[in-house]
Amino acid sequence: MINMSVTIAGVTLKNPVMTASGTFGSGQEYSEFVDLNRLGAVVTKGVANVPWSGNPTPRIAETYGGMLNAIGLQNPGMEVFCQRDIPFLKQYDTKIIVNVCGKTTEDYCEVVERLSEEPVDLLEINISCPNVKEGGIAFGQDPKAVEAITKEIKKRAKQPVIMKLSPNVTDITAMAKAAQAGGADALSLINTLTGMKIDVNRRCFSLANKTGGLSGPAVKPIAVRMVYQVANAVSIPVIGMGGITNTEDALEFLLAGATAVSVGTANFFYPTATVEIAEGIEQYLRENHFEDIRQIIGAVQ
Amino acid sequence: MSEKGKELGKILSQEVIGTEIYSMWIELPQISAHAKPGQFVSLFCTDKSRLLPRPISICEIEREKHALRLVYRVVGKGTKEFSKMNVGETLEVMGPLGNGFPIERMEEGKKAFLIGGGIGIPPMVELAKQLKGEKQMIVGYRDELFLTEELKKAGKVFIATEDGSTGVKGNVLDVIAHHQLDADVIYACGPTPMLRALKKYAEEKNIECWISMEEKMACGIGACLACVCQSKEIDGHSHVHNKRICKDGPVFLATEVEL
Ligand SMILES: Cc1cc2nc3c(=O)[nH]c(=O)nc-3n(C[C@H](O)[C@H](O)[C@H](O)COP(=O)(O)OP(=O)(O)OC[C@H]3O[C@@H](n4cnc5c(N)ncnc54)[C@H](O)[C@@H]3O)c2cc1C
Ligand SMILES: Cc1cc2nc3c(=O)[nH]c(=O)nc-3n(C[C@H](O)[C@H](O)[C@H](O)COP(=O)(O)O)c2cc1C
Ligand code: FES
Repeated sequence: MINMSVTIAGVTLKNPVMTASGTFGSGQEYSEFVDLNRLGAVVTKGVANVPWSGNPTPRIAETYGGMLNAIGLQNPGMEVFCQRDIPFLKQYDTKIIVNVCGKTTEDYCEVVERLSEEPVDLLEINISCPNVKEGGIAFGQDPKAVEAITKEIKKRAKQPVIMKLSPNVTDITAMAKAAQAGGADALSLINTLTGMKIDVNRRCFSLANKTGGLSGPAVKPIAVRMVYQVANAVSIPVIGMGGITNTEDALEFLLAGATAVSVGTANFFYPTATVEIAEGIEQYLRENHFEDIRQIIGAVQ
Repeated sequence: MSEKGKELGKILSQEVIGTEIYSMWIELPQISAHAKPGQFVSLFCTDKSRLLPRPISICEIEREKHALRLVYRVVGKGTKEFSKMNVGETLEVMGPLGNGFPIERMEEGKKAFLIGGGIGIPPMVELAKQLKGEKQMIVGYRDELFLTEELKKAGKVFIATEDGSTGVKGNVLDVIAHHQLDADVIYACGPTPMLRALKKYAEEKNIECWISMEEKMACGIGACLACVCQSKEIDGHSHVHNKRICKDGPVFLATEVEL
């Protein structure tokens, strides 16, 4: 028997593969393609204190080996989410990680407090969305702000807190250390990289928001590098993501030091990617005579 | 697990039916078994520098052949790639997606307009085959005709061309006015200006009007919230005014959406 389970802040996942926030809803739509029981965790789309209607369309654009998105965190707000999405996920034998977004520290805290009564395993705090002017990213690009908001959230959170970091910074290890200093239990990275696409035929921006977040295979080398740097700079677990499409991609992140991985954009063109990657990792361990997934975490030489 | 799925489809035929317009039959046992008129499929490129699905409407369904017909216009790299594919080759297809046209709104004794503009005409073919009652097909082209013969099998076809080379010179509304046609229900697919004009026409005449909409898509199943349109009612997903074209649509009651 190979041990595939990993532990993040005291929560044990049956395997290290989870979904990346915003690409999988709350699992309902993809449950027609994927057996959610086979996932380490489902990470939900960002949820705020009140419903957000998001950005105007077009909200996405394809780019070489990737895509830009500027959804703008459309979500139904925490009440609907708690009444509809959490009970749905509770039917499955998987961990529930709720991604939280807000415009002010108070917004984040309100959601975190509301979730404290719910059967949620972990919180992932999005301080890195590049597509919402008022908040998100504003908290994620200054170490002092990262530390301050992490502290405020930790004061109120009943569940362990994962801070989700932005790659749109000069030194991501500074943000990682600040989150750790603020009391974060784990980190996840990377969120999307701010980008732009121009439609040359119509001479206009491809996205109504002008800029959007780049994700997909095109960003993977940057993500692997950042996960490696962060894993070596902090002592808390790191969840790696950015362009993971197949087993080999996921293994790169684990070897770089990630305790778990999230699959995002790949779900769109490969709906069963998550479960196939979980199987693929197990096969890799077997073929290379490892007994425990923990033997390969951070094992790059 | 459900009616939706992703399968590898074998191309049974591929032909050119107009300038840059292709008609392809694809063998898709699972998808064709559940497909309904007005639904669409996501086609994936083999060249993985292009990741996102290309949504294409279902033009015809042949359950015995386990196949779907897709008619598409080459507009960019993805559709170009599909047009270069040969009989016997395979491509990844996800579907059937979306809600489809509500065919139960028609019955014997009622009259319908099936209105297609340009590359919005393909979904009207299967709809015309399955719809009950009197069907009046109203199709608008720039100049060159396609799929008119298929539509004629199901009812009377009225044609508009922008240059007046066939039928009435003008648009689909000019055809309706010219022949003084009327209907109880409208089903339409085509460019946004056409849908906008039809929405206004139907509201003035108080006719039930169903329109099929388009937007850029990523997941195609309602999870990513890329493809929303503005809706009058609060939507069931996010409780704002954004319906998902891929999941709540692509067919909406015209009075329900802002265009
Ligand atoms: C529900 C629905 C049904 C459709 N049915 C048909 C059909 O039956 N026949 C047909 O010819 N076309 C149809 N279209 C339009 C078709 O999806 C686009 O023409 C096609 O995606 C263009 O791909 P491309 O790579 O050639 O173009 P590119 O411009 O290179 O595509 C770049 C990206 O933009 C997306 N995109 C470009 N144009 C559109 C568009 N109009 N709508 C949505 N996404 C777009 C592509 O999917 C791709 O992700 C439909 C669109 C929708 C939403
Ligand atoms: C359409 C879309 C929506 C996203 N929404 C969110 C979100 O709500 N909250 C968040 O923290 N990250 C969001 N992300 C970022 C992803 O969770 C992930 O960090 C990023 O896309 C990199 O992974 P990938 O390349 O595997 O997609 C979104 C990404 C995409 C493509
Ligand atoms: S394309 Fe993802 S919600 Fe419609």
